[in-house]
Amino acid sequence: MDFTRNEMMTIVAARALKNDDVCFVGIGAPSAACNLARLTHAPQITLIYESGTIGTRPNVLPLSIGDGELCETALTTVSVPEMFRYWLQGGRITVGFLGGAQIDKFANINTTVVGDYAKPKVRLPGGGGAPEIATNCGEIFITMAMGKRAFLDKLPFITSMGHGPTGAERRSMGVKSQGPTRLITDMCVFEPDAETKEMTIVSIHPGVTREEIAENCGWTPRYAATCSETPAPTAQELEVLRDIQARTKAAHAA
Amino acid sequence: MAKFMGLAEAIAQNVRDGDTVAMEGFTHLIPFAAGHEIIRQGRKHLTLIRMTPDLIYDQMIGMGCADKLVFSWGGNPGVGSTHRMRDAVENGWPNALALEEHSHAAMANAYEAGAANLPFAVLRGYLGVDLPKVNPKIKSVTCPYTGEVLATVPAHRPDVGIIHAQRADREGNVLIEGITGCQKEVVLASKRTIVTVEEIVDKLNPPSFNSVVLPHWTVGAISHVVGGAHPSYAQGYYKRDNSFYIAWDKISRDRDTFLAWMKDNVLDKTPEAFAAHAKKGSV
Repeated sequence: MDFTRNEMMTIVAARALKNDDVCFVGIGAPSAACNLARLTHAPQITLIYESGTIGTRPNVLPLSIGDGELCETALTTVSVPEMFRYWLQGGRITVGFLGGAQIDKFANINTTVVGDYAKPKVRLPGGGGAPEIATNCGEIFITMAMGKRAFLDKLPFITSMGHGPTGAERRSMGVKSQGPTRLITDMCVFEPDAETKEMTIVSIHPGVTREEIAENCGWTPRYAATCSETPAPTAQELEVLRDIQARTKAAHAA
Repeated sequence: MAKFMGLAEAIAQNVRDGDTVAMEGFTHLIPFAAGHEIIRQGRKHLTLIRMTPDLIYDQMIGMGCADKLVFSWGGNPGVGSTHRMRDAVENGWPNALALEEHSHAAMANAYEAGAANLPFAVLRGYLGVDLPKVNPKIKSVTCPYTGEVLATVPAHRPDVGIIHAQRADREGNVLIEGITGCQKEVVLASKRTIVTVEEIVDKLNPPSFNSVVLPHWTVGAISHVVGGAHPSYAQGYYKRDNSFYIAWDKISRDRDTFLAWMKDNVLDKTPEAFAAHAKKGSV
């Protein structure tokens, strides 16, 4: 079955989630991946959106993090202060799933500005829940499409911490959570090196070359000695993903 | 003490030039009709507080109501940029906009501190990030028990807090259901409050003993505005108008298109215009 690179990215991101995860879901690509996991191999996964919905099971992907569909299908809905204090800061979340505009080799993320903060070239939306999601969840998965403007050697602004500017900052600051353990792109999957914490390519998606990856990465990426080919999407994964995306498109156009 | 009045009167009595105004509703129950009334009354130099400025502050910023924005995520959810906010920050149009930027966790904590009558909020946050370098209000405190260094932000104490709710009874008690965001905290943290409601009923009949109910003696003005949250939504009444959020990207991208839309849909209209939206999206 043919598939797009974007479908490949979503499917590989979904595979990273487990049935017993409690997952704080970012909007956009993470939301598609988390719901695909729920509709395939992880039917009991607990999905939490920052709007306060806990254990939500939407039939279509929400456009915002607070669509009515999320509340209607949730086990319970709590206030936003409670969400951030008791559930996120309280250490109840096993995985935070984030997207981003720009990322560096230690998986720090920028979604705040391009250029100078006071006189920005491009004003991006800002951090939202991400700064505290990044440090208060057990581990972090990130999903982003590769490109020279997105994968940068040095970020203009750190909105949420990955492993810090040199890879050592989590340890030196005493942050106990693991931080980004997986970065799933449209071309490959990165995981942090055990020692340096630099994000290292552990698998390459079918049909992608190392040259292409180099052309779309602002630093020279390292490859794990055991780097393999990512298993292609199964027919079932593609079917479930396309179904929910078709339902979503119809719902949002109505 | 709750007092029923028309929305124009409620805004005229409570929102003054230069005020600090918080209009909350986390995606759900955003008080759009109240925002439009503030625009029609030509309020200026406001400091606007909101976790997600959303389209409501994009419209108010584009119409020149605000000098300063206190926020934590400024985009069109799932769509892209809030173009009027960007134009103000990047190009100073229609006027320069000062930013006080936080994270969601800090904003939610700051509202809660305001409601709790505390001067500041404390959280385990802002670790390893650049926001504290550009926002001098983010500081820290050392825990007197454990020695842990924790982030602090000042409490939000708005001059005016504005929310939209599903219904009020005739005494002025207010019920909020669904995604309740931080509306309760905003009302309790603010000096003056305005609540717009979908419906006024004889008996509130909260669906459970633990429903979010604001007693009448905690709210100020109440205005009956059917559909007053559109294109946001009111759970149980009408759906979020996602197609409008998508359409706003094109409307707001260009200054003239934006101004023409605001004239036709805000300046030349009254709060009654919102009822048609509620009917169209009804559940």
